[in-house]
Amino acid sequence: MTNDDIPNLTAFDDAALDKAFGAVEQQAKSDAAAIDGPQAVEAFRLRWLGRKQGLLKEISTRWLKASPVEARKPVGERFKTLQALVEGLLEQSSVTGPTDAALAAEAIDITLPGTRRLTGAEHPITRTLNEITRVFAALGYSVGVGPEVETDFYNFESMNFPPGHPARDTQDTLVVANQDRRPLRDRLLLRTHTSPVQMRTMESQPPPVRIIIPGKVHRNDAQDATHSPIFHQVEGLCVDSNITFSDLKGTLDHAMKALFGSSVKTRFFPSFFPFTEPSADVQISCIFCGGNGCRKCKNSGWIELLGCGMVDPAVFAFAAQKQPAYDPKKISGFAFGMGAERIAMMKYGISEIGQLYAGDMRFLGQFV
Amino acid sequence: MKILTKWLKSYLPDLPVDDAKLAEDLTLRGIAVEGVYPLGDGNGSLYETDITTNRVDAMNHYGIAREAAAIYNLQLQPLDFPLPAPRPGDSPFPVKIEALNDCGRFTARVLRGITIGDSRDWFKGAEVATYFGLLEQKRISNAVDATNFAWLAMGQPTHAFDLDKIEGGIVVRRAHKGERLKTLDGIERILDSEDLIIADHVKPLGLAGVMGGWDTMITPSTTNVLVEAAWFEPMAVRRTARRHGLHTDASHRFERGADFNAAPLASALVSSILLANGGSIEGDLVDVRVAEFEARTADRKPVPLALNEVRRILGTTLDAEGITAATVESVLKALGCALSNRHEGQAAWLVSLPSWRLDLDREVDLIEEVARVYGYNRFANTLPAFGEGVRALPWAESETAVRRTLLSAGFHESIASTFCSAAEAALTAPQPGLTVPLGNPLSEEAGVLRPSLVPGMLTMIAGNLHRDVSDVRLFELGTVFSGTTEKVDERPAMAFGAAGSLPEQGALHPPRAIDFHDVKGAVEQVLAQFEARAVYFDHFPPESGLTPEWLHPYRAARVAVEGVTVGWFGQLHPRQASARKLKEPVLVGELYLDRLYKLPLRKPLAKDISRFQPVRRDFSLILDQSIGWEKIDRALAGLQIPELVDWRVREVFRDARLNLRPDANGSAREYSLLLGTTFQAPDRTLREEELQSFQARVVEAVGKAGARLRS
Ligand SMILES: [Zn+2]
Repeated sequence: MTNDDIPNLTAFDDAALDKAFGAVEQQAKSDAAAIDGPQAVEAFRLRWLGRKQGLLKEISTRWLKASPVEARKPVGERFKTLQALVEGLLEQSSVTGPTDAALAAEAIDITLPGTRRLTGAEHPITRTLNEITRVFAALGYSVGVGPEVETDFYNFESMNFPPGHPARDTQDTLVVANQDRRPLRDRLLLRTHTSPVQMRTMESQPPPVRIIIPGKVHRNDAQDATHSPIFHQVEGLCVDSNITFSDLKGTLDHAMKALFGSSVKTRFFPSFFPFTEPSADVQISCIFCGGNGCRKCKNSGWIELLGCGMVDPAVFAFAAQKQPAYDPKKISGFAFGMGAERIAMMKYGISEIGQLYAGDMRFLGQFV
Repeated sequence: MKILTKWLKSYLPDLPVDDAKLAEDLTLRGIAVEGVYPLGDGNGSLYETDITTNRVDAMNHYGIAREAAAIYNLQLQPLDFPLPAPRPGDSPFPVKIEALNDCGRFTARVLRGITIGDSRDWFKGAEVATYFGLLEQKRISNAVDATNFAWLAMGQPTHAFDLDKIEGGIVVRRAHKGERLKTLDGIERILDSEDLIIADHVKPLGLAGVMGGWDTMITPSTTNVLVEAAWFEPMAVRRTARRHGLHTDASHRFERGADFNAAPLASALVSSILLANGGSIEGDLVDVRVAEFEARTADRKPVPLALNEVRRILGTTLDAEGITAATVESVLKALGCALSNRHEGQAAWLVSLPSWRLDLDREVDLIEEVARVYGYNRFANTLPAFGEGVRALPWAESETAVRRTLLSAGFHESIASTFCSAAEAALTAPQPGLTVPLGNPLSEEAGVLRPSLVPGMLTMIAGNLHRDVSDVRLFELGTVFSGTTEKVDERPAMAFGAAGSLPEQGALHPPRAIDFHDVKGAVEQVLAQFEARAVYFDHFPPESGLTPEWLHPYRAARVAVEGVTVGWFGQLHPRQASARKLKEPVLVGELYLDRLYKLPLRKPLAKDISRFQPVRRDFSLILDQSIGWEKIDRALAGLQIPELVDWRVREVFRDARLNLRPDANGSAREYSLLLGTTFQAPDRTLREEELQSFQARVVEAVGKAGARLRS
């Protein structure tokens, strides 16, 4: 039906009007039924309701405006009904939407992989360091940092490694060139542990101290599956009046449960570090087998993870040179340290330490 | 070291536990038994132990037996090696300690008519054949095995000389520079005045406390023997051993402190074993002691110890009774200390220290012994009271913002080597000349502390591309070093690198090569984290020498914030790319975070969104090649039309075929740029005449900047 198909009415009696309007209504309904998509909805709207060329506009012109005065009312009522019908049909088709066939034509292969925007992965070491510092932040520890190039004094002497002491042998040290003529305590080296930050912190503030020290350290070690000349440590230091060995145990037991799960148990063994006394190594129950024994824990059920101890009075004596409040008769404290690589490798199943420093996209991408 | 439980039990006949339990209990007390290997019926087990360096006293069977006695409160069999009465000699064997600062004690015993032969189980307490068999220790001769047996039993190094090769007597002295000595390992050594030696009246005989000499060693034809058991000063032995690159059982012990009182006993053990095969002693034991060393070792002053100090350091035990005076006394006595009460009725003592425990000399050392033997795991888990509030590092938030921005821009975080080669340092150092070499580098390629993160970044990018991982986006947050070997400065820096295409994954969209402007976008995003008034990117003509050599001179940008250079980035110089065998273009850059961290982090501040319709107007501009976007950008900014809320480049065409005033070679001298602008007012719908006026001002401004409208 086009605009030209709208006949001019010759009779305006009810029967004639019903017939004329009925035909148009039929047409509107069949048009609406054929709607098969958003474009067809728009076409229907234009065809019937278009302001200039729409069929209803045409009917209004030919039938309503041309009707004699006495027929105005019946024609007008029927026109309103028609208009409501068309609008109803339009609304309905907009809601019902297109037919299934029309939708089927728009099918896509949803099994093709999604288009991923690459998101970067935090390095597993950063992630591990952050996890550990978060646990200790919750226990009131602030983060402490210090230089990677240290003096012999901070790295060794003030940590109670006297010059010539055999304990220095265990830490093969990378040194800065041309130090031989300088006094031993001023000689520059790459710190072998993050412990110097303990001394720097104590020198800069009186007790109480609670710091957690994540950082990069270096040793003159050949690279193998578990050793690297570059690695990261997290050390902690807690100094106050009345800090005890049982506080050290409780703190580390809590931290290990927070890091590895509440079912993890800890075990303490006597050990030796120049800067702590008593000193201990800490084992946690194997996180892989729950302590029953497996390959990862060499069937022992336990994994060694930490070194710790009560701060040696000799270390406090060095701190007291600048902060007299570190009087070992009045205060006490504990320190602990762990290797971030070992924890990261264990937590994330990393087999070669070298993978951590190779920048291989395939390796790093696994940590997104 | 390897320990036999059969041997331990010879000192502890009443040991109440089996080998597995003993191993566990020792381990929990710091004598780490890392492996228990049963040796068959009646042979007990072999322990593989790992003992911390401070406990040299326990690196032998008697020392470990002493620990077990302390754990189980058992009686330890005393060591006693009765010797036959000596035949009188003409005069005591001459021994002189000249190096009074290096040697504290020297004992010498002369044995005559000795028969060198195989080892056997000689007598109870000297089951050499049995124990060596179980230890799979090679038997050499009764003389060598006797000194080894004394070592394994007591941890006291001893030495047996062929007496007939000694001329005159023994002198313990520093070597003369240039003296020569062939040691037992067959190496001819040239000595120095730093070396402590055992000499006779003519020549050096051995490196004191380190290794004996070749010429005086026991041979099958030896009949007369001098048995040495001595105490040397740790540093003297360490110095000598180091200088000669030697690390022996003897030097290990002496460096860490031997038992001053053990020499006569060890001498008796070695002598009694040798004499079990015949022969006799001539004269009394020659025992030369240096009083000062004796006072510092065997006769140390007693150490005061108080129970309340023990409790102050150790805290709460699981056992309600806690650590008592009785615990302290029984533990320390079992370890060889003697305690006397300081005051009647007070739990405070003066503790005399055993000669074999030079690691003990302060109250805290004794507290550790109490805790250790009591058992670390019998202490409670308590938490200290909360201290102060947690303080954040000043730049922690800034670092987090930088990291988060790069992660969200699709860069993986990486960690590279702290070192680079001198050549790489020279190429990338922001301050050439101020690089810091290492004294003992891991390799030549790692000879210098990195002055820049760029060398490490390039190594990692190359590593990926050479492994056929073609899409690379990495960053590193790390420390860079500058200065001199006298004073090293450390600063935080961030490097980033990219290669390959975008998007990295997706079946439906064609990938395109990542380019300069992709990484510039990442840099802009990082900079946008900070509050900065003037951020700009600029470049310099190649002849200025300002562009780093590692960057492509025409595809590099300096990043400046408020007039300060905060970094450089761009395409890797093709010369550097080919030196690293990189065929694909690589984008790389570095930001100096210390400078960026001086800026405050930008605080988000919300503006009301206008409810009124924005109006978009595009302008097609034609520009000379020499005119960059920055000029147009500045011109528009200079208009200061508040309603001009946004302007941007929609497209750039650079195509000779457009025939925009080509030069003589037919290359376009001009290019075309589609400028998009958006006008919007916060309080009204813009009227057509307003828009007309804005547009006219835009055209005028870009015209002054050198652009003309395309007709
Ligand atoms: Zn396990």
